[in-house]
Amino acid sequence: MANGTLYMPETEPNYLDYRGRFKGILGWILSTDHKRIGLLYLYSMGLFLTVGIFFGFMMRLELIAPGKVIIEPQTYNSFFTLHGIIMIFLFIIPGLPAVFGNFFLPILIGAKDVAFPRINLLSWWLFAIGGGLAITSVFLPGGPADTGWTFYVPYSIRSTTNVLPAAFAAFILGFSSILTGINFVTTIHRLRAPGMDWFKMPLFIWSLYATAWIQVLATPIIGITLLLVAVERLFGIGLFDPALGGDPVLFQHLFWIYSHPAVYIMILPAMGVISEIIPVFARRTIFGYSFIAFSSLAIAFFGSLVWAHHMFTAGMSDTGRFVFSLLTFLVAIPSAIKVFNWIATLYKGSIQLAPPMLYALGFIFLFSIGGLTGLMQGALSINIHIHDTSFIVGHFHYVMFGGTGFGIFAALHYWLPKMYGRMYNEKRAKVGFWVLITGFNLLYFPMLVMGWLGMPRRYYDYLPEFHVYHFISTIGSWILITGLLIMAVNLILGVRRGAKATDNPWGGETLEWRIQTPPTHENFHEIPVITGGPYEYKINENGQEEKKYEEVT
Amino acid sequence: MFSGASTFADAVDGAFLFILVISVALLVLITFLMIYFVIKYNRKRHKKAVNIEGSLPLEILWTVIPTILVLAMFWYGWYGYKKIRDVPEDAMVVQVSGQMWQWSFTYENGLVTDTLYVPVDTPVRLNLISLDVNHSIFIPAFRVKEDVIPNRTNFTWFQATNVGSYDIACAEYCGLLHAYMYTKVVVMEEEDYSQWFVTASAEMDAGEPEEIES
Repeated sequence: MANGTLYMPETEPNYLDYRGRFKGILGWILSTDHKRIGLLYLYSMGLFLTVGIFFGFMMRLELIAPGKVIIEPQTYNSFFTLHGIIMIFLFIIPGLPAVFGNFFLPILIGAKDVAFPRINLLSWWLFAIGGGLAITSVFLPGGPADTGWTFYVPYSIRSTTNVLPAAFAAFILGFSSILTGINFVTTIHRLRAPGMDWFKMPLFIWSLYATAWIQVLATPIIGITLLLVAVERLFGIGLFDPALGGDPVLFQHLFWIYSHPAVYIMILPAMGVISEIIPVFARRTIFGYSFIAFSSLAIAFFGSLVWAHHMFTAGMSDTGRFVFSLLTFLVAIPSAIKVFNWIATLYKGSIQLAPPMLYALGFIFLFSIGGLTGLMQGALSINIHIHDTSFIVGHFHYVMFGGTGFGIFAALHYWLPKMYGRMYNEKRAKVGFWVLITGFNLLYFPMLVMGWLGMPRRYYDYLPEFHVYHFISTIGSWILITGLLIMAVNLILGVRRGAKATDNPWGGETLEWRIQTPPTHENFHEIPVITGGPYEYKINENGQEEKKYEEVT
Repeated sequence: MFSGASTFADAVDGAFLFILVISVALLVLITFLMIYFVIKYNRKRHKKAVNIEGSLPLEILWTVIPTILVLAMFWYGWYGYKKIRDVPEDAMVVQVSGQMWQWSFTYENGLVTDTLYVPVDTPVRLNLISLDVNHSIFIPAFRVKEDVIPNRTNFTWFQATNVGSYDIACAEYCGLLHAYMYTKVVVMEEEDYSQWFVTASAEMDAGEPEEIES
């Protein structure tokens, strides 16, 4: 619900055609328009994702049979390192906030841009430089890093590969993340349209808000840690290296103090996207708005206090293990609350199973498996057995790929028509989804089984008894990639040649659906005055939901 | 699926089964409701949605029940874990050293082997040291794992319940041949073990090359 002239049809060019100070490519890479920056992230992340998938594909191919199949152990070790670094730092962490947060955060709160548009552009530049450096480090003499994305010392100190460039890349990427966080927190505090109080904000904004705080508070720790690694390597000061009197476990603590909250940087915005999509396609208000909103904050808070559950076998005190296990279980509760509220939102809705909804429901299914397998790891005695096995690998792919990845795909299918003004083929999108989710489960479920049976992770080779699981998993990876290709081709074709999308193809209530498609440079002709909550499908009572938005324009 | 060969295995597998059953039940419930609602309230059949903003009793219900469940899971996990940390005083002590990419085992009399030989039904304490980078000793059949870290002596222990030969793997990535850092633990009857120990120690004292066999 909002008042005001949100746009004047046909009087202003959309942001894609808008002519600013620069033309051509400069008009993009020097643009401070949050929408163009969002697309810059989308394109660069698409590139990094492709590279990451390639490494994943090669690893799975190598593991199709015991012994050497196509690559040597050293190459394999570099591939899983690069797969991790690229997917985590260049795809999943920036993923939703950088692309869809940038594009839609200002629009959803009724603002013309983020609070600091130039810093926003700087964030993208840092991201591009960091990403470029990570890719360059592969080709520098010394060879690609082979330490795993966790850079555990002392191995990372002994390794003669390009560990420092890779760590430096992660360091730069951290600044990109911090600046984006500061920008979003400020924007949400300062630039909400008149009338949009905290509990009228769309839930995606709540999740971005919680995420932004973690980005600001936790990311500096990884920056400092990587800096300390560099100091140790360059000046021989003993911090983590036992040969110099340092403590390797200290490194693990510092690493996970950031990297565990980072898991919530990844998943929270995806939960926000799901909270946007489900009411739209169920045509009813979200169930338990304030519980979903506060559970985001609870996850952000508790999620910052559970890092040491990555280290239950590292030799911590028993008190430490007790406390961290207990807190780990507590963080499951707000996640469960979210899932139950989403399911309840389907109750007595008027459900349209369009592609974004299909991806959202796929998210709930896969994220539930990821969350429930997380419970198994939270239990101390079980953790000792399955820690550092492929059970963990399966679990975090269910959470990060099945959760965040499917969240990104849901967001793409939901918002792409608004971003480009064109619609993709819905049938093909559904085919892509079913192929993708089939391949996904074939790829990752066997990892859970063989992990329980004792298959360690980061293994180039394996005992014959694990062959059948690895074989199924590799076949799954091919099906999964086929699904990704169907999706990518469909979306690209849709953006380039699809039918023109209407302003509100899904019948959404939030502000982005009430402005021009694609949006104009300044989003709104007049800043709207907000008079109601984000998901009030009151028009349902008249059965006229298709017509409600034309009146506003 | 549940073929543990140590005294911990039951508690670990029990906790796993407990959480697994609850998890499967929850997953089935969530998935069933999702599919059921999507079919029942499909727009073709159900044109007008009903706006329900929430329900405090339901929110309390699905906060309290998961809280109880996770606390139970936590306790079950802690219960099994305490056993893993509680080493009997009279345990036989073996020092385990990890180095890229092999294990070696030093017995109390100085005997060194690259396969771990232990008597059945006897508590064995492993003191873990690393000569280079981080490793992690992992005996899947015993549900035992503990990191082996330089400059730090971690420990773990087990009491094997079945005679046989079981895999020992390295579970903490340690470089090039991490995947090949396998050896065996051979669990023997008490008498067989004593006989082996006496022979191997005598060979050691005689300076003969140590037997490599598994």
